[in-house]
Amino acid sequence: MTCREVVELMTDYLDNSLSPGDRARFEQHLSGCDGCTAYLAQLRAARALMDHSAIEPVPELMRAELVKAFKTWKSG
Amino acid sequence: MVRQPADPDLEALRSGNDASFEALIGRYHGPMMRLAMTYLRDRSAAEDAVQETWLTCFKILDKFEGRSSFKTWIFGILMNVSRSRRRKESRILPFTLLFRRDGGEGRGPTVDPHRFGSDGMWSAPPDNWSNVPESRLLDRETIEYVRAAIELLPEKQREIVILRDVAGLEADEVCALLSISAANQRVRLHRGRASVRKALEEYLR
Repeated sequence: MTCREVVELMTDYLDNSLSPGDRARFEQHLSGCDGCTAYLAQLRAARALMDHSAIEPVPELMRAELVKAFKTWKSG
Repeated sequence: MVRQPADPDLEALRSGNDASFEALIGRYHGPMMRLAMTYLRDRSAAEDAVQETWLTCFKILDKFEGRSSFKTWIFGILMNVSRSRRRKESRILPFTLLFRRDGGEGRGPTVDPHRFGSDGMWSAPPDNWSNVPESRLLDRETIEYVRAAIELLPEKQREIVILRDVAGLEADEVCALLSISAANQRVRLHRGRASVRKALEEYLR
């Protein structure tokens, strides 16, 4: 496998959807390639940052209205 | 009898405990807003869609059969609510503003071919981000930059990236939600992630 091929298989690798043969070839390439190892680490970092990027408080008015609706629902 | 493993988010709701409910809406709010804003043009429209989703959830929760996780179920409701609100908006707004051209399933490499030599190996390899101080990687500006990079993705990539990497849903649940194949889901996710990584690389350079 070349680096150019390996980078296009990264999502399949992270999702565990490579065939056992491809997975072995992928990992073998990775173990000897700093560039692809760095690329995979960058994808993982991007994923972690995307997870972080969503943190956002519920606006006060919405929170109050939803809690009110929740109380009505559970008593109903 | 086969017992389903408990779904903690569903339990938070069914327990009827106010504090658990508030914690639940707090956890879901950010990802729900990001998804709603994929389909709707502004924050206030997205907030309305999120609120309607919770109210709908109360109405139909007794019909929830647990065939997916509660989280996937409610994100499915949000998607329907947002899309139906967009259809109403589209009668008011110019068509072109709402439906940008979508390159969701585009082919071609996700990494600039010039970064590889003729042998297909890196000639300009990516930096090792373990040298980037964590304070820089996790600072507000970087996070804002990532958020903006997601917002620039074509809609078909953006919805998958949000469902998978922002909301944290499983691949098979996302395929069912969007009625797409596993391969298609992976292609869109791969392209979306690759674009966000590239944007981040330019930012951190």
